[in-house]
Amino acid sequence: MNVIQQLKLGFRSLMLHKLRSALAVLGILIGVTAVIWLVAMGEGVSYQAQQQIKDLGATSIIIRTIKPSEEANSDSGSRSGISYGLLRSDYDRIITNIPTISTAVPMREISRDVRRDEHVVPAQVIGCTPEYFSINRLPVARGRPLAASDLRGLENVTVLAHDVAERLFPIQDPLGRAIQIGTEFYVVVGVAQDRTAAAAIGGSFSARQYNRDVYIPLKTFQKRIGDRVITVRGGSFQNETIELNQITAVVDDVASVDASADIIRALLERYHKTVDYAVVVPKELLEQAETMRMMFNVLLLLIAGISLVVGGIGIMNIMLATVTERTREIGIRRALGATKGEIIQQFLWETVVLSGTGGLLGVAVGFLCGPTVQGVRLAIENFMPDVWSTLPSTIHQLEPRLAPWSIIAAFCISVGVGIVFGIYPAQRAANMDPIEALRHE
Amino acid sequence: MSKTKEEVPEPVCVATVRDVTKVYRLGGQDVKALAGVSLELKQGDFVAIMGSSGSGKSTLLNLLGCLDRPTSGQYLLGGHDVATLSDEDLSRVRGRYLGFVFQSYNLIQQLSVVENIMVPLSYQIPVRPDGRELSTKLATLVGLAGRLDHRPSQLSGGQQQRVAIARALVNNPHVILADEPTGNLDTATSNEIMDLLDVLNKTGRTIVMVTHEPDIAERAKTVITLRDGLIQSVEQNWS
Repeated sequence: MNVIQQLKLGFRSLMLHKLRSALAVLGILIGVTAVIWLVAMGEGVSYQAQQQIKDLGATSIIIRTIKPSEEANSDSGSRSGISYGLLRSDYDRIITNIPTISTAVPMREISRDVRRDEHVVPAQVIGCTPEYFSINRLPVARGRPLAASDLRGLENVTVLAHDVAERLFPIQDPLGRAIQIGTEFYVVVGVAQDRTAAAAIGGSFSARQYNRDVYIPLKTFQKRIGDRVITVRGGSFQNETIELNQITAVVDDVASVDASADIIRALLERYHKTVDYAVVVPKELLEQAETMRMMFNVLLLLIAGISLVVGGIGIMNIMLATVTERTREIGIRRALGATKGEIIQQFLWETVVLSGTGGLLGVAVGFLCGPTVQGVRLAIENFMPDVWSTLPSTIHQLEPRLAPWSIIAAFCISVGVGIVFGIYPAQRAANMDPIEALRHE
Repeated sequence: MSKTKEEVPEPVCVATVRDVTKVYRLGGQDVKALAGVSLELKQGDFVAIMGSSGSGKSTLLNLLGCLDRPTSGQYLLGGHDVATLSDEDLSRVRGRYLGFVFQSYNLIQQLSVVENIMVPLSYQIPVRPDGRELSTKLATLVGLAGRLDHRPSQLSGGQQQRVAIARALVNNPHVILADEPTGNLDTATSNEIMDLLDVLNKTGRTIVMVTHEPDIAERAKTVITLRDGLIQSVEQNWS
């Protein structure tokens, strides 16, 4: 008999017990679907993370100011306030001493309310150079980005991020109008494009929200806002001096990222008594994310594999019942010339039909992953808004990504499971004594 | 049927049984089901095996059908000594040289008439390309031309037994073994089935039939009566 005849025979034998066969198929279907869905969601989550990291740039090294712990700076005297973080001299040292670095962009930031007439928007005021826009891939939607001449001339100009612009100027065109930061007025020269958040860096867990930024020239920042930050905390004044919050160094070649990062670390270590900075290499983050993704996938495959094994046990169960029920048929076939091997083959083909059907249907349902996730999300959003708001943003934005390898693997595993769990019942069928089998009622 | 004119000038010996015994162990005791049976089957023979239950007729039929091996003695079929064959070779010998007709028809329920007739062919090597045509022809021969695609459950007992007979012919066997072929049928249908076996025998088929009904046994050419595992009598019917 050829394969098609075998499959046909297997199918017809299974149709003797439609419900039972359907349930066995369902077991495998769920297993295969579980593999595909879980992997797709895992891939979706890690893809999101990877995109965010990629946005930071594979060739960049980000050096951030972090506030040293309280004990570490207690001896520096709280009266005069504390001074920490990256210095302008660090920037100069990095740019002059490390030849592999093609550009370095210093940045200073502070949270301030930005106002225009009666509109007040809490924003992140960022002092930066024109390169900041290109390095962070921040296209300007309207107007122009900051220019070198703005820095030289200590101009009071600003580029607004998308959300800030929208909230300050709900109706009017912001270009050419003035906004107020503290006591100073700044003329809006550009509006940045809408931008999704980037990966969290430098020990902060929250993603970088570009849409709440207000960009002004770094020199202007130093002059108008200054290095010193006075905050009121617990009734006492806190006095902090920070020169730069971040330096983004861009290396011309991906291969020299790690070496350059090491030099930067060594350089900073020499000039900073306390570790009040963090060197973040997106490339390393990317590699970490990749490792995480692998671990995640292995874990998901394990879980999904268990459900496939459960499906396999279901198949074995019904095949054992089938073999017992069809003892007579086995006896007839043996009498008519079937060898043990041919009986094994017949019942193995039957399990392959079962598990293969389950596999194919499972793949079909697997393709419904995206729409299903979408549907569930919509349902939660509309009918359980309370639950929805407590869910993390990763779930809000989760887009499952079907991994072709998972589809192929799931199908092959399902057929494999069918064969493995079919062998024992098939052997039991083949090892029956033909005389006994023929007498069986 | 493909071979309606088989000319048999000298009857060819198709199977030889020499001093065959079969001993079963039952509850620690040896039970001799066959105590030494010898017989020769020539082409065109029509043998009925009779005997009370426990006489060893089922055991003899199982041995003749290569479903079992003798404890001692020789059984030659198609040039093979059955006692020495492996399980796989036994299957091949059954498929090649034997045709079976059972008391309870033993058709496969999920297959149609034609497909049931084709079952022995699926275990033949090499595969016959004209299996379906041959099976259709045989179904017509046994009078089931209009029921080729019926399932066994849609047929009467007599019709099912006809399908079984057609199935026993499809591999062109040396010997057809029939185990109480009319045991489940009424008299009229029994006679029809026996008529069919008669026709097959007249065209050269060798048939061995186990029965306990004397009037059925009478229609065979030779009646062998077993008693306590030994051949008690051999009678020739010249009708």
